[in-house]
Amino acid sequence: MTAVENARPRPILQVNDLTVHFPAAGGKVVHAVDGVSFVVHEGRSLGIVGESGSGKSTTAQGVMRLVPATSGQVVLRDEDFLAMRGGRLREARRRIQMVFQDPFASLDPRRQAGELVAEPLRLLEGLSRRAAADRVAELLPTVGLPPEAAFLYPHQFSGGQRQRLCIARALATAPELIVCDEAVSALDVAIQAQILNLLRRLQQERGIAYIFISHDLGVVQHLCDEIAVMYLGQIIEQGPTASFFSAPRHPYSWSLISAAVPAGPLRERLKARYLVKGEPPSPIDPPAGCRFAGRCAFAVDRCRTETPLPRPVAPRHFVACHRAGEIEAPDFSSGEMARSA
Amino acid sequence: MIPILSVRDLTVSLKRASGTVPVLERLSFELDRGRTIALVGESGCGKSMTALAIMGLLPDGFALEKGSILLDGEDVTKVPPARLRALRGNAMSMIFQEPMTALNPVFTVGDQICEALRLHQGLGRQAAMERALAMLKAVQIPAAEQRLHAYPHALSGGMRQRVMIAMALACRPKLLIADEPTTALDVTVQAQVFDLLKELQEEMGTAIVLITHDLGAVADITDTVAVLYAGRCVEHGPTLEVMEAPRHPYTRGLMACSPHLRLGAAAAGVPEPLQEIPGLVPPLGQRPPSCAFAPRCARATDKCSAQDQPPLAAISPDHEVSCWHPEERAVA
Repeated sequence: MTAVENARPRPILQVNDLTVHFPAAGGKVVHAVDGVSFVVHEGRSLGIVGESGSGKSTTAQGVMRLVPATSGQVVLRDEDFLAMRGGRLREARRRIQMVFQDPFASLDPRRQAGELVAEPLRLLEGLSRRAAADRVAELLPTVGLPPEAAFLYPHQFSGGQRQRLCIARALATAPELIVCDEAVSALDVAIQAQILNLLRRLQQERGIAYIFISHDLGVVQHLCDEIAVMYLGQIIEQGPTASFFSAPRHPYSWSLISAAVPAGPLRERLKARYLVKGEPPSPIDPPAGCRFAGRCAFAVDRCRTETPLPRPVAPRHFVACHRAGEIEAPDFSSGEMARSA
Repeated sequence: MIPILSVRDLTVSLKRASGTVPVLERLSFELDRGRTIALVGESGCGKSMTALAIMGLLPDGFALEKGSILLDGEDVTKVPPARLRALRGNAMSMIFQEPMTALNPVFTVGDQICEALRLHQGLGRQAAMERALAMLKAVQIPAAEQRLHAYPHALSGGMRQRVMIAMALACRPKLLIADEPTTALDVTVQAQVFDLLKELQEEMGTAIVLITHDLGAVADITDTVAVLYAGRCVEHGPTLEVMEAPRHPYTRGLMACSPHLRLGAAAAGVPEPLQEIPGLVPPLGQRPPSCAFAPRCARATDKCSAQDQPPLAAISPDHEVSCWHPEERAVA
């Protein structure tokens, strides 16, 4: 539609080989994030999916510098974000903001909504109390809250309204990128739809990019242009959303999808064939080779010894699996047809 | 055959200084042996309150106003407390939403499963432990012998929820209430837990009341569904029929809210904007006798707010809806 949409979107954030390790008891190491790389483009959304413990949230926290990166690079525009300090860092923090999962835990219960939303303005933009309050009064309606909401305390809001407040706080400094860590997971489906539509509208109006972390494939497909699937600290498949959902290539992606398909014969068929049993192994000193090999129905000897590297399977679509292309992909057809017929 | 659970005209209210506030209004449903009913609705619609009323666990201030809850013919609202204690955990049991807070952190998993067995079935320590072990195996916990002596903190969320299921089913209850049993779990683990519940149900014939806010996720394991809104049942019918042709605008709205996965060729297109239900569930005490959903409803007319909400009326055999302007049957 607009010139911005036609032009090739430029990268805002490039994450190269990000690694976050934590020390564990007995000199062991938790490999929370191991060599994750992705690019977020202007006004676009990248979805990161995976089970708990796959490293989605740690990736977000590593990018935001909420946990220290063990190694790797986070490039914001053309600058190394991880190396920034002082005023430069504060300036950069204005441009990337975050919305957390639990709107009950991420708002200070003893401060009024207006103060909470004004905080980034005061800290990062140095606005006076008065100027910040004026900006808050403009911000609240953009997230669907009345300006008077500024004088209420968090407990006076419902879960969905609290998440709107968190979004208003993230929007306050007019960021280029918002990292949403399971931002709709704690909400009822009806409220979730309201928040998703709000995020999408804000993106269209303001050209904000999102990193959207979720375990819900339906939500990610709905909101995101690109998707990255994480398993035990690594991205095992990554690509444009349409390409990924038309032809996912990694057996773990198939498992996630088969668990998320709506009820019906297709779901039964996919679950029987692709849903993996059990739970992921511990991220403490993970085994050599493909980390999914132990649960994978298609693993061969090579998978247990040699780590698969991401390789292209379609334009901008990468998969880290030795057997991609060898094993027959799931057949997604006929599911809905069979049901309505 | 009498149903395992028969809830009739269940009305629960909250006593406040300012007066009585209705919480659940004239809720009725029945559940046969080996069957599953889903109670669906947003937070604040009375799903969990229904569960607590059945279990006789209503919090302070909430009172059963009228109605009856027959468990295998016995009205649990009228039995003395001792009898209720004998039923709870034995003939009827419940799985809570948060496996972390529902398990006692200072007792081993085995002890917690044994508790119900020793109390209700009079088993000795040894015999109870053996049954507990068998239960852990039945819920497919790997290395069950060791896990029997593990504390809850040493288990993952999925494992804890399996332990909860083992505890709840240890005495082979007639009725199991599962309150959002998988919301705290990953999708793949969710699918495993539901499959497990279904399997155990087939083996034991337990009737299940499944509470959820996402009907799509549980459609394949439930037989009937009751959609609650603001403490009232607005639609009730066979799950497949309600899913395919929801007749109450609220039910239809709920279904349209969750993004449906599009796979294969269907994945290529641009997603349509998600439908949303504007606004919020009205809080307790602000629910008029007219349709409580009317302010959020696109189909509402003057009649909806002027007249009392219509009673549930059959719209086809087994399928009831409470609406002045029910949706037409969808053209497939």
